[in-house]
Amino acid sequence: MWGRLKALIVKELLASARDPQTRWVVLFSPPFLLLIYAFAITQEVKNVSIAVYNQDVGIEARELISRFEGSPTFENIVYLDSTQAISRAIDSKQAIMAIQIGADFSRLLAAGKPADVQLVLDGRRSNAAQIVQGYAVQIVANFNAELAREKLPPPTAVIARAWFNPNFEPLWFAVPALFAVLTAVVGFMVSALTVARERELGTFEQLLVSPLQPVEIMVGKTVPALIIALASATAMLALGWLVLGVPFRGSLILLYGSMTVFLTSIIGIGLFISSLASNQQQAVIGLFIYMMPAVLLSGYATPIENMPDWLQWLTETNPITHFIFICKGVFMKDIPASVIFAHTWPMALIAAFTLSAGAWLFRRRLA
Amino acid sequence: MNERKNIPRDGWRRIRGLTRKETLQVLRDPSNLVVAVVLPLILLFLFGYGVTFDPRRFDIGLVVEQPTPESGSFSAALANSPFFGIETARDRRAFEADLIAGDIKGIVVLPADFADRAYRGNTAPIQVIVDGGDPNTAELIRTYVQLLWANWLQQESISRSLPLLPALVNVEPRIWFNPEVSSRNYLVPGSVAIILMLIGALLTALVVAREWERGTMEALLATPIGIVELLIGKLAPYFALGMISMLISVATAVFLFGVPFRGSVILLGLVSALFMLAALGQGLFISTLARNQLVAAQVSIMSAFLPAFYFSNFVFEIDSMPFALQLVSYAVPARYYVSSLQTLFLAGDVPSVILTDIAGLIAIAGGFILLTALATRTRLD
Repeated sequence: MWGRLKALIVKELLASARDPQTRWVVLFSPPFLLLIYAFAITQEVKNVSIAVYNQDVGIEARELISRFEGSPTFENIVYLDSTQAISRAIDSKQAIMAIQIGADFSRLLAAGKPADVQLVLDGRRSNAAQIVQGYAVQIVANFNAELAREKLPPPTAVIARAWFNPNFEPLWFAVPALFAVLTAVVGFMVSALTVARERELGTFEQLLVSPLQPVEIMVGKTVPALIIALASATAMLALGWLVLGVPFRGSLILLYGSMTVFLTSIIGIGLFISSLASNQQQAVIGLFIYMMPAVLLSGYATPIENMPDWLQWLTETNPITHFIFICKGVFMKDIPASVIFAHTWPMALIAAFTLSAGAWLFRRRLA
Repeated sequence: MNERKNIPRDGWRRIRGLTRKETLQVLRDPSNLVVAVVLPLILLFLFGYGVTFDPRRFDIGLVVEQPTPESGSFSAALANSPFFGIETARDRRAFEADLIAGDIKGIVVLPADFADRAYRGNTAPIQVIVDGGDPNTAELIRTYVQLLWANWLQQESISRSLPLLPALVNVEPRIWFNPEVSSRNYLVPGSVAIILMLIGALLTALVVAREWERGTMEALLATPIGIVELLIGKLAPYFALGMISMLISVATAVFLFGVPFRGSVILLGLVSALFMLAALGQGLFISTLARNQLVAAQVSIMSAFLPAFYFSNFVFEIDSMPFALQLVSYAVPARYYVSSLQTLFLAGDVPSVILTDIAGLIAIAGGFILLTALATRTRLD
């Protein structure tokens, strides 16, 4: 049995490694993607253009505007001369925010009365608009504090200390999450397409009439996919650690241990989809049907805490959620083994379930 | 070679025949309909109900080192706020493991001298510890604590009849197009672009790569059909599938999820058709380079699906990316399509935006069709 299994595994590995296109796409494209997309994941907003319509001639209005000019968030400030121009600037996306200062702004402030500043924001990009609004409110608050300094103490600022990533380096949180997702993509693609391809080309029947048992076929398809995905993950890890300079504070052994369980669960899902599909197109589409929700619900792009409770509960059955957590943990935090284990056994459960379901489907095809 | 490129008189008959055959093939494989109908519904459902940037509440640990009337009153303000779920302890070490394990998102410490320093000093006597691995959440927690702190100070000033700090400059923000700031309103239009990209680029790349893989492409090329006829015949069904899927998605977004649609349907049809052309062109180009379906699928995901997700202002802001990536984004058709969709849905027909987007889409579609023509020629020779 071991001889047969070894032969199948070696054959599968050779099949993937022999074709230069496949080799490139499976092994080398994930690190390349990591390099590009790590820089694309930004949760801050900077370099945006804003517009200013100042109807006031006084010094206070100038003073307030100069604070916006001095902020690194706003790369470009367009000066407008009418309310119609505001609506043109926002409509045409020339500016994400327009600031309007009324004609009586300085006069009201000089008289010690409160004055208004209008902000108009582009709700088509509401996430960015809200962040930009936050910056604007902060700038105005500082301006207020300085105005009030002579009269009364201003409300004091709350300082936050960020553990694990004190300077909020964007790469530090982008790389671990991307690493997890790209590892999953490789595991999925390799496992789901191999069986579907054999079925499409008719060679799967040959495999089934060979002395190999369904379980052996399952193992023979899982192990090569696991080896390929681990190799690809190692390349990404080296890139993130050595080239992108993301700290790795946890234990490599724990990462590889949990990654093996994670990949087994991913490959299990891939083989399960593959055994349902009758050609490669169906397998790829099956992957998308599973993967898009799985990635979107993994906390990768939007926080899990924002989801309704029933959906948060559902994310517990998603291996990508668990592995993203583990990756963020071992890269930045050195999380203890017990926490890693708490996120590993659900993945092991998923792997056991999907692999046996896949083997059962193989056997059913056989009968 | 030259007369094969142009469409001769009975060319349309051949195109009709091929289109009919391809349409039957598309309809016969249920996975095509799954992509066109089921996948959009899943995505819209997720963006409509689950995946959102609109924050709910965060679990945090509250450390009160020395209970006093002041710290008690501020703790109550935190606990009563809709932003936080609170657990209390006397020592911050009680929460450190929870923060590492991700069970809580932050720790708020009211130090022993909280009452003494409440009205003095340059910074608030509160320590907020957040998880830097999640900057979005970290910043939200800090902002919320700041907000509650400012409110609490004002309340205290009133009750202790201290002089009130007058707010001098008031900010009056108005968010146009999406006043209730629901992220659903811009995520849903964006997801239409992703679906069409999958149909246009992924499905076509797979279908042509399959012909090469099985060797039926050579057989097809040996028939009297010309390359242009072949491409039109093969792509027409996918174009139709994409447009149907777009209509289903838009109808679901508007009628089920109540996303407003303020533009004109004709413009929506036009930009969608152009985007489909660009996506089909990209899919064709990938398929002429890829020798098998695994490569075609992986390359479509890498060069069509992921860029549509990242470089379209759909979730991540292009303006905030490094300059080189901003340049790359100009070659991504989804950048223009998502911009038009968000404008048509939320703002209406804004000529300057839509015209720029149309020009971008035409340039990209033309570029891919040209590249494909060049690549196909060399492949056949």
